[in-house]
Amino acid sequence: MMKDFLKGLWSQHPIFRQLLGMCPTLAVTTSAENGIYMGLAVIFVLVFSSLVVALIKKFIPHQVRIAVYTVIIATFVTIVHIFLKAQYPDVSMALGPYVPLIIVNCIILGRCEAFASKHSVSTTLYDALGMGVGFTWGLFILGSIREFFGSGTVLGVAVLGSAYNPLVVMILPAGAFLVLGFLVAIMNGLERWKI
Amino acid sequence: MKEILKTIAVLTFTCLLCAFFLAFVHSIAKEKIELNEKAKIENAIMKLAPSTREIEQIEHEGQLVYKLFDSQEALIGYAFIAQGQGYQGTIKILTVIDSSLKILEGFEIIDSVETPGLGARITEDTFCNQFKRLAVSPKIVYTKEKVKEKNEIQAITGATVSSKAVVNILNTGIEILRNRLNQ
Repeated sequence: MMKDFLKGLWSQHPIFRQLLGMCPTLAVTTSAENGIYMGLAVIFVLVFSSLVVALIKKFIPHQVRIAVYTVIIATFVTIVHIFLKAQYPDVSMALGPYVPLIIVNCIILGRCEAFASKHSVSTTLYDALGMGVGFTWGLFILGSIREFFGSGTVLGVAVLGSAYNPLVVMILPAGAFLVLGFLVAIMNGLERWKI
Repeated sequence: MKEILKTIAVLTFTCLLCAFFLAFVHSIAKEKIELNEKAKIENAIMKLAPSTREIEQIEHEGQLVYKLFDSQEALIGYAFIAQGQGYQGTIKILTVIDSSLKILEGFEIIDSVETPGLGARITEDTFCNQFKRLAVSPKIVYTKEKVKEKNEIQAITGATVSSKAVVNILNTGIEILRNRLNQ
């Protein structure tokens, strides 16, 4: 059980190991705050979609399983979208189009197809939680680094002062690729030298 | 044949169930979302034109225009929602303009899907404040250099497209309002 949870945090980390969900990873991590909101939304969708898939896996014909998973995922994403608009309009405003775009986040479809459709409900719950939390910390680190260099702030608080001239490239798409590249390299290095 | 029928049945059933579920969630949240939108517009108007005491809604060819009155019941300006294409999608801007239609009181972005951290900075004060008491005749102009004229604003570095979009949307919106009120 614990193993299913922990693998998403490190050994099979969705961003740094599996390199999944690159689109939201690169797009929303212009600030640490956006990363956290995105991560929380993904945890919700991932957990509920995986649970539903694990529950109904026996009834889904093999040929249309992807279509069924997509409809289920889209339903939960739309619920998150509507919920945010009604209860937290500010958060909804900050995340803009990236909430509806969770539908095409391949981590979710990937976990439904590779894990939830083959495992029991309880194991699936641990797996989805682990992957979701792993994704969230990945986004948070990436967002923090980019925000620090790109805007001179961390979680919206100015830390580098006004004398610092922000490296605008860090919050541009190119900065996302750069930081992601370095982080993946570090993760690979840690793995190779068994630190 | 049996296989196909089962496939169709499962897909249809899943979609129906999801649609039903979503319709249910939507019906609960709909009122709240509309209230949020309305509160947002009223708050924005009060922020941009603080002397407003009364707001009168007039409808003009399906478009809402708000007439703003102060405590002496004198017309102080108009508010309306201008919208147009941004970098990624539609930008909706609540615009407040004085009664002569020559000076902009300011604007607030109601809805936009610009890139977070870049284009989305059109919602930040440093950009928005440039538009307070800005001359809008003949029209607003954007520049990448230092502002020289009374009707100029400085575009955001790295987000010229979004800055330009805001300027264009405002110019078009004001033009439409002028034509309507002159009729």
